[in-house]
Amino acid sequence: MSALVDRLGHNKNLVLAVVCLAFAAILPLFFDPLSSITDNFITAGAYVVMALGLNIVVGFAGLLDLGYVAFYALGAYTMGWFASDHFSSVNGEKGIHIGAGQFASTLPGVHLNFLMILVVAVVIVGIAGMLIGLPTLRLRGDYIAIVTLAFGEIIYRFAVNGDEITFGEGYKLTNGRQAIAPVDTIDIPGFAPFDSAFNLRPYFWFVLALVALVLLVNFRLRDSRLGRAWIAIREDEVAAASMGVPLVKTKLLAYATGAAFGGMSGAFLGAYQASVQADQFKFGFSIFVLAMIILGGLGSIWGVVLGAVLLSFINTYFIPDVFNSVPHSLGLDFDLTVLNFGIFGFLILLVMVLRPQGLLPERRRAMELTEGLGVGGAIGGAVSDTTVEVAQP
Amino acid sequence: MTTPASAPAATTAPGGKILLATESVSKIFGGLVAVNDVSFEIPERSIVSIIGPNGAGKTTFFNMLTGLYKPSIGRITFDGQDISRTRPDRITSLGIARTFQNIRLFATMSAVENVMVGQHARMRAGLLGSIVRMPRVRREERDVREKAREMLSYVGLASNVHDELAINLAYGDQRRVEIARALASDPRLLLLDEPTAGMNPQESDQLTSFMRRLRDERNLTLLLIEHDMKVVMGVSERITVLDHGEKIAEGDPHEVRANPLVVEAYLGKQG
Repeated sequence: MSALVDRLGHNKNLVLAVVCLAFAAILPLFFDPLSSITDNFITAGAYVVMALGLNIVVGFAGLLDLGYVAFYALGAYTMGWFASDHFSSVNGEKGIHIGAGQFASTLPGVHLNFLMILVVAVVIVGIAGMLIGLPTLRLRGDYIAIVTLAFGEIIYRFAVNGDEITFGEGYKLTNGRQAIAPVDTIDIPGFAPFDSAFNLRPYFWFVLALVALVLLVNFRLRDSRLGRAWIAIREDEVAAASMGVPLVKTKLLAYATGAAFGGMSGAFLGAYQASVQADQFKFGFSIFVLAMIILGGLGSIWGVVLGAVLLSFINTYFIPDVFNSVPHSLGLDFDLTVLNFGIFGFLILLVMVLRPQGLLPERRRAMELTEGLGVGGAIGGAVSDTTVEVAQP
Repeated sequence: MTTPASAPAATTAPGGKILLATESVSKIFGGLVAVNDVSFEIPERSIVSIIGPNGAGKTTFFNMLTGLYKPSIGRITFDGQDISRTRPDRITSLGIARTFQNIRLFATMSAVENVMVGQHARMRAGLLGSIVRMPRVRREERDVREKAREMLSYVGLASNVHDELAINLAYGDQRRVEIARALASDPRLLLLDEPTAGMNPQESDQLTSFMRRLRDERNLTLLLIEHDMKVVMGVSERITVLDHGEKIAEGDPHEVRANPLVVEAYLGKQG
């Protein structure tokens, strides 16, 4: 009986996912192949992947990460490095080509197959996630936030000034504000090369496939040994350790998994925008992704999807296209886009006042907020009375 | 050796193998000596209590046995193995489980999920295995869930509240879930920190006989911190008394009750 209930509960999410994804898949057919709405949806899809990644770290494991942009940056740069003429003099200016598209195979620089780079990005950024996790292991709550914030800022500084950091035969680490461009277009074996000048739909379907994959991983991990351990750590670290949950390993896996999705999304965006520019990786972006998961409901998978799509559309559609002229009609001389972060902040304030558990809250989180259980939450969580003396020499 | 009348004499193992031993263990927090030079032993399949006035260092001592604190000085061995500097989760997988004085369930997980976390150390599913949901992982997940329900029934939790969130359970049921969660890790030694706190005499009696059942049916060794003297004297084979972090007395219930140092620690100096 209970097994049946579990099954149905599981299938409910499956049915919802299939319906949502199927609906989303036919959506671009209603718009022009180059419609800016499709463009907005592609960006939203990439943000959903990122938000679902951050949700594992902040929502499941309760580790407040304010430097998530670092993983976006690393993923995007991985795409830039391995799919452009950035390292143009490599192999005697003939370039290195592995499974690259027809056109890219004639260019100097490193050109790997898009799917290959996607996997490489996931691995590199996953490892980076563990590295950022290491110094936070002795910390709790707000202190974790400060360390991750610093890490995000360090990566940004490297991105901006990377054009002055050279190695080998004058290779630059990044191209700073000049951007690494053009990045090869997406070329998947068996499909025509994607071309953003003619048709945006393939990009949308590809990012939708990424969203489906990340959704599957999120649901499966949440209802697994590891997912329970994450929630246990979020609820009560001392009790979790005493029940046999290894704190260091479990937290590092949360960081690595969350980071890997950030890297995946970053790599995709690098290829979609065909350019990797340092100013995309400012601190504000970390807060932007965090705002998505807070708006939707920390820890709630469907809530996070909703939050990411909503904020993304507010950012790319409602502010610049729909309400941009509002200040003018009020006799004020500025564009609404300059206020976008102010608007996000105001929305978060509204959510905190009216619906602190988020739009589609997770059952557990809703309890914590309404029943006043201040247990080890990520944001302003109570520090418990006993601390585990981890890693004492 | 005096055995409490109600305990089956055959199951006690006087002079049996030592399961857990501490050698001159101290814990110093800054200038405060919370536990001072305590040596003690727990024979296998015995029920041992630690008593002492508030602030005597009992819970600090417990926290050292379970690895939450590392002893400042001294050595702790479990089944012959040095665990003085072992991580809490490793100690759990070696076979020591515990409950907490102020119940520390994962409040927003269901009773079953709480007990499933207790089996973490006995499970093998990793990151990739959980994502792919290999048959082995599915089977493990099903077995673990089933065992969690068995454990909850064993400690006497009605099956209609197995899927209730821990926070919504009645106080007595929360205590039961905590014991089930500890038992789920298949321990050899179970540490209970004030298990009868907040219980009425009837519930305390039930728990006392349950402790004996645990020892007899599951071959467990039990160590408890307890304030209820009726429970302590009724169930323990040996009692260790701590006061201001030091061991002031040790022995069977009769010896401890007659010890003037113990009386003084609890009631103050006479005359």
